[in-house]
Amino acid sequence: MSLVEKQSFDDVALRVSEAHASDYIALLKPRVMSLVVFTAFVGLVTAQAPINPFIACFAIIAIAVGAGASGALNMWYDADIDAVMSRTHKRPVPAGRVLPGEALVFGLVLSGFSVLALGLIANWLAAGLLAFTIFFYAVIYTMWLKRWTPQNIVIGGAAGAFPPMVGWAAATGDISLYSVLQFMIIFLWTPPHFWALALFKSGDYERAGVPMMPNVAGEASTKRQIFAYAVLVAITGVLPTLAGYAGYSYGILAAALGAGFVWYSWKVLLMPESDRGMKPAKALFGYSLLYLFAIFTALLADSILADFGVAW
Amino acid sequence: MVTAVGNDRIELTDKQKKARRNRSVALGVALAAFVVVVYIVTIVKMGPNVFSRPF
Repeated sequence: MSLVEKQSFDDVALRVSEAHASDYIALLKPRVMSLVVFTAFVGLVTAQAPINPFIACFAIIAIAVGAGASGALNMWYDADIDAVMSRTHKRPVPAGRVLPGEALVFGLVLSGFSVLALGLIANWLAAGLLAFTIFFYAVIYTMWLKRWTPQNIVIGGAAGAFPPMVGWAAATGDISLYSVLQFMIIFLWTPPHFWALALFKSGDYERAGVPMMPNVAGEASTKRQIFAYAVLVAITGVLPTLAGYAGYSYGILAAALGAGFVWYSWKVLLMPESDRGMKPAKALFGYSLLYLFAIFTALLADSILADFGVAW
Repeated sequence: MVTAVGNDRIELTDKQKKARRNRSVALGVALAAFVVVVYIVTIVKMGPNVFSRPF
């Protein structure tokens, strides 16, 4: 018989989880996932390949789960960084609601399931691209680039840019220049988007020891680079029309949206260093989200209208 | 924190019980959805051939 009939334990080994399902959903980064779902859907539809609607729907779900899995792996590895940043300290792992090991297993299991499912549902090229995307985000970006170089989100941005290519590959079983252009739009959009955020959250990144561009190269250099990338995004945005994949109406809209991107970046470039409110940087961050949503909606609309023969 | 009663029993707090039930329901829903996905994909992929197999 035990000498102690009733005893309290704080031992981790005896910890009983108080995590809710919502904490595990939070590990999947639902907001990032929604962007992945949307861009993958656009890639799949613009491929204009005959695909069963159920297969298309489940392929998108598999891509979304794969993206979520990479988010969980990111939260497992980055819990120490997330804990000291105001934007991320309430995430399930740093807040203590989910143990790091639980997040790791959750991410690994979902990674395996999503890749396998996409291979069986669509094809193995799409599954391979999804596997590479997860690897690129979790290993190349999270474990290697993020803490090493201010070019972290320039190179790492490729992970967020792959979904339309995965969607395209799920529909067609191949890769085309058009899907690469969709990749390029997101790839070039990522640096100005995150550097705008890093400008007004530079204290956060500095505390966490993450070498974001404003902390390493300074604000002036970051602003110049934001402007340069904004120009590249604006040019790349109209390439689908110039390459003959999208109509003129898309091209005109993409040019207008790109001009807006350059204009907001110009305002950031002119922002004085003494401006701590950084309204132009916040405005660019907000506009960049609108830009990506609008440009991919325009690509989607162009493709659907072309199906009905009314595209121009 | 958990409370151990006796040698091999652990008494969960109300918060832990509620969280466990919440996770169990979510897991059940996810598994049911997975079964439906596998069923539909099988039918779509195999079509009428799903019924024509040697016994």
